[in-house]
Order: sequence, then C-alpha cells, then structure tokens
Amino acid sequence: MTFRASGMRAWLLQRLSSVYMVAFIVAALLWYATSGTISYAAWRQLLANPLIAVAVALFFSSLLIHAWIGMRDVLIDYMPIMGLRLVILLGIAVFLIAMGIWLAFILISVVKV
Amino acid sequence: MLTKTQRPKYLNLFRIREPVMAVVSIFHRVSGVILFLAIPFLIYWLALSVRSPEGFASASTYFSSPWLKLIGLMLAWALVHHFFTGIRYLLMDISIGENLPAARISAWLVFGIVAVVMLVVIGVMWL
Repeated sequence: MTFRASGMRAWLLQRLSSVYMVAFIVAALLWYATSGTISYAAWRQLLANPLIAVAVALFFSSLLIHAWIGMRDVLIDYMPIMGLRLVILLGIAVFLIAMGIWLAFILISVVKV
Repeated sequence: MLTKTQRPKYLNLFRIREPVMAVVSIFHRVSGVILFLAIPFLIYWLALSVRSPEGFASASTYFSSPWLKLIGLMLAWALVHHFFTGIRYLLMDISIGENLPAARISAWLVFGIVAVVMLVVIGVMWL
C-alpha cells in the first residue's frame, strides 16, 4: 500500500485542516468576546496586520481543502453514476478555486505589508 | 430456510432505529454540506465588511431581519454540530473513546453540548 494510493493524504489533510480551524475559531471567538464593540477602522487595522492576514488566509485554505475532501467523500458514497460524479466534482473544484481567488483579492486589498 | 423467509426486511430508512452514533454521523455530513454551501456567503460577508464603513455597518447587522435570522440559526447549528462532532472524531483518531460504550456516551454528550451551545446562540441572536 503506497502513501499515494491509500487515501492517507486526504485523511491527514482533513485532520490537519480541522485542527487549524478549531484553533482559529476559538481564537477568533476569544478576540470577539474580549474586544467589545468593533469599529470599521479597528476591523481594517486588524486585517491590515500581515500576521492576521496570513492566519485568515490559512483558515480559508484549510476550509477550502476540508470542503473539497468532505464533498468528495460524500459524492463517492452517494453518487454511483461515474460520469455525473466527475462532472459534479469538477464543478466543486472550479467553485472552490474561484472562492480562493476571491478571498485572495480581498486579503491583498486590506493587508498593509 | 423457514427462519430466513420470516426475517423482516426493512429498506425504509425511517423504520430502522439508527444507533445514536449513526445519527451523529449523518448529521455531521448534512451539516458539512450546509457549511460548504455557506462558503460564498461567508466570503461575501468578509468582502462587505472591509469595503466601506457603510458595508461594515450592513455586515454587522447581516442577520437582523427575521428570515435571515432563521438562516443564520441553521448555519449556526451546522457549524456548532460539525465543530463538536468533528472534535469527537479527532479524539477517536487518537484512540480516545473508541470502544462502543464510550462512543455511545460521547455521541449523547455531543448532542447535549450542541443543544446547550445552541441555546446560548439563540440567546445572543434574539436578546
């Protein structure tokens, strides 16, 4: 059994991305609970910080990878028609890549390096 | 042969009493698909919040209308359920609570935690 063919990589990426997202969500909730009312200026200033922007970028990278593996698992289980499964998977891949590009544009526009 | 023909055969999923672990599992999938569908709305919300002070104001009051509140509540349930059942699976991956009695207890525990957190979410959204 090779690493490549076993599904081990998908399994591992699903766990790593979930652990990162749990840590990010807990940190974000703690920040939200302790910062009171947030102004637009404070929100922009927060996201202008390159470290925060990278943390957000990693969160969405994790989210998109996690969504890809999860949707792929669901389709493998419930869509027995091979051609249709591939078409839907292709649609999901295009959709997720588009979401990643959109997010990259947003982050690049707010971060101050 | 006689016993074989007398055995009940249920293909109707609603007539099969699923163990609680199976219910947690299928809800994990359903909530995962809901969260997948929510991705563009999450990114749109982020884009809106950084666009302008007006955009930030409307992003802050995103879920204030009654109908959007219901959608927000469903999304909150999906996130909360997926989050806590996901942690349960992560713990099982490192061999915590792997055996059947423990898995049954943790499945009920997860349902309890999700219910309590959802009460808090409802409190925050409506009060």
